[in-house]
Amino acid sequence: MTVTERPLTTKSMLLNLGPSHPSMHGVVRFVLELDGESIVKADCEIGYLHRGFEKMSEQGSYLTVIPYTDRLNYVSPSINNQGYCIAVEKLMGITVPERGEYLRVIMSEIGRIADHLTCIGAATMEVGAFTAFLYYVEAREAIYDLIEAVTGARLTVSFGRIGGVKADLPDCFSNQVHKAFARTREILVECDKLLSRNRIFMDRMRDVGVMSKERTLAYSIQGPFARANGVDWDLRRDEPYSIYDRLEFEVPIGDGHCDNYERYAVRFAEMEQSMRMVEQCLEQMPKGAVAVDESGRELTGADLVEEAKRGLTGGVQELRVVADPTLNGTHRGQIEQVTNPDKHVLLPSKEEAYGSIEGLMNHFKLVMTGHGLHPPAGEAYGVVEGANGELGFYVVSDGTDRPYRVRCHPPCFPIVAAMSELLVGHMIADVTPIFGMVNMIAGELDR
Amino acid sequence: MWIDVAIKVGLAMVMMLIVINIAGIHSWVERKQSAVIQDRWGANRAGFTFRAPLLRWLNPVMRPIIYLGLLQPLADLMKLVAKENWSPVGGMKWLHASAPFFYLLFAFVGFSAIPFGDTLHVAGRDISLQVAHLNVGFVFIFAMAGLGVYGIVLSGVSSNNNYAFLGAVRAASQMISYEVTLGATVIGIVMVYGSLDLQEIVRGQGALLWGWLPKWGVFVQPLGCILFFTAALAETKRIPFDLPEGESEIIGYFTEYSGTKFGMFMLADFVETVMVAALTTTLFFGGWQFPYLHASGFVFPWGAQVAVGHYGVVAIQVISFLIKVVLFCWLLMTIRWTLPRFRYDQLMDLGWKRMLPVSLANIAVTGLVILLIEAL
Repeated sequence: MTVTERPLTTKSMLLNLGPSHPSMHGVVRFVLELDGESIVKADCEIGYLHRGFEKMSEQGSYLTVIPYTDRLNYVSPSINNQGYCIAVEKLMGITVPERGEYLRVIMSEIGRIADHLTCIGAATMEVGAFTAFLYYVEAREAIYDLIEAVTGARLTVSFGRIGGVKADLPDCFSNQVHKAFARTREILVECDKLLSRNRIFMDRMRDVGVMSKERTLAYSIQGPFARANGVDWDLRRDEPYSIYDRLEFEVPIGDGHCDNYERYAVRFAEMEQSMRMVEQCLEQMPKGAVAVDESGRELTGADLVEEAKRGLTGGVQELRVVADPTLNGTHRGQIEQVTNPDKHVLLPSKEEAYGSIEGLMNHFKLVMTGHGLHPPAGEAYGVVEGANGELGFYVVSDGTDRPYRVRCHPPCFPIVAAMSELLVGHMIADVTPIFGMVNMIAGELDR
Repeated sequence: MWIDVAIKVGLAMVMMLIVINIAGIHSWVERKQSAVIQDRWGANRAGFTFRAPLLRWLNPVMRPIIYLGLLQPLADLMKLVAKENWSPVGGMKWLHASAPFFYLLFAFVGFSAIPFGDTLHVAGRDISLQVAHLNVGFVFIFAMAGLGVYGIVLSGVSSNNNYAFLGAVRAASQMISYEVTLGATVIGIVMVYGSLDLQEIVRGQGALLWGWLPKWGVFVQPLGCILFFTAALAETKRIPFDLPEGESEIIGYFTEYSGTKFGMFMLADFVETVMVAALTTTLFFGGWQFPYLHASGFVFPWGAQVAVGHYGVVAIQVISFLIKVVLFCWLLMTIRWTLPRFRYDQLMDLGWKRMLPVSLANIAVTGLVILLIEAL
């Protein structure tokens, strides 16, 4: 056999993408087998951010799990809080006051907007449009400001409480919402013009990462990813929890391409729906506690300050509410509106805890080891529609003050399981946009 | 004889000064312009204040410089120079170190053929404001740009890193593919002005069409201009054609470079941007020509005349060239911060299946039109 007759031998290249790679968040690794630029085989390795959430949850009381849930999907923590609280509430059989439910939905939907903005922003950056990413981040800033106004934190909010939420909304919150949403919508329109019909962007996203509806179901993927693939399923509409059945909203579905562009479009459309939901909530929700003076006139925080300036503090002492309701210790009188007042779950306000022996005892009874919440032995599954799909918490109680088991069903786990299938046949350049639209959040994936 | 050498050295120095300065300021422009586009402040911290009593009066002068971030490039440079001279384990050390030199060298050499002014008459001598008067001007430039690929390929091969290797392969195929289109679009210009010499091409652009429109390349070859600019953009390896870098996918051929060697790659990228701007200016936007400026001064189409001295004319020409180059640098920068990135196969499709046939058609149409004009 001469040299020219010999078959050309090619060797595939093994490329180790991550975990220290700019697009892999430092928390996931792909081992790619490449034929030139095309991917022949992809192997996804997870677990780099495993912090033992489930085991940690078994060590503390039911209340101490709430801050851990913030660290699951750290882009939309209020949804996680709600998911866990729903599970424990089911276990204990307690209800949430109406206003508390509305607050939960408001915070969840605001969190969802932040999550979607992060996801599509990062995906646009991964195809090289860095400017659009920063525009999205600016919109997210407006959203984060809202979260900060309500919870006092931007990332790890710990806003949920078993039986309700931590505190009421601040004064003039609905004005802030309208302002922030107006800015967000403006930016979304801008980015829509910049990207959605951009030839290069379309070429990069269309027909990339295609996954049929059947395969999506086979992997039991849910959330925006599945909706983009044509699975018409949204927990908020199909198994409404909280007060979602009172809201009017649409569930955006992909147009059958089942590709990255649809995922982008579905998330884009969902943000508008979330904003609609928040606006409806603000209109519908029952009025919270208000401060009134002796004649029954309603007083806002600003009025109280005005009164104090004029030296009219005598009457103020008689009032039930002091200044800002989001700060601990100043929400007496309001907390019952947003959290179940049952003494077995509600942490007393700081005023009560520091000011009266009953409050102090109540506080200790809830936070001391061996005391705390004692749900009856049993199990419950609390589920919410997370930003990435079904986010479930399975809580088992053995009747003590500690959860026997807390299992989290993370929405992006099945999608990451499908990554190898999504990637094969594409080029290296497609790895990052596909992975970006999966919106893997390592916190909830690895727990 | 020695005076001739001295003049050439002087011209080379002037060209180097122009290019290095524009390229150096580019790093500032990139920071600041991207910041403006992205609603950010950009660099506004790098700087220092004088403590010595004698120099304290300088502090108010420094403040705006600091706020504008003008000292940031210096800070960048200091950082790059102070870094460890490192080469990757298992790589070819010598080749690894020489790759940035090759790349930067060929990026610079191309400028020698770019004319930045007409002939300067001084002390009885005629000095053509061009470092090397080559009658194959742009062929030389393309050749140098082609040789620049070696620097990138060497960097990719010698790094012992798959990412760098992929980046180098991408860069090589991209630069070679787009050079074909680049060459094909320039043929139209050569046919119109009848020369390969860049100085002659620029002189040819001083004529007027229908007595009022400058006969710039962009007006006689509009399609060629767009194609050339796009292909040249691909040559600079910047977004939307920054596949060899692709910072979110393969990091790039300079993955294993740091310190000064990385800085040289970066500088070479900026130099290439300036090259593209200068070449576009020279071929399509009249080079150093200023509309209606002749050797004796301005002659406007409506008959008015403004006499300008010889040195004045040359000064206007050089400044006009510089302004055009800076404007194109700005345009390239704006494009860079606006568009997403292509994928490898899309890039090849665009280059070979769309731009090349159109540029070939452009040659045919240009030839036909020239024949018709001559026949009439």
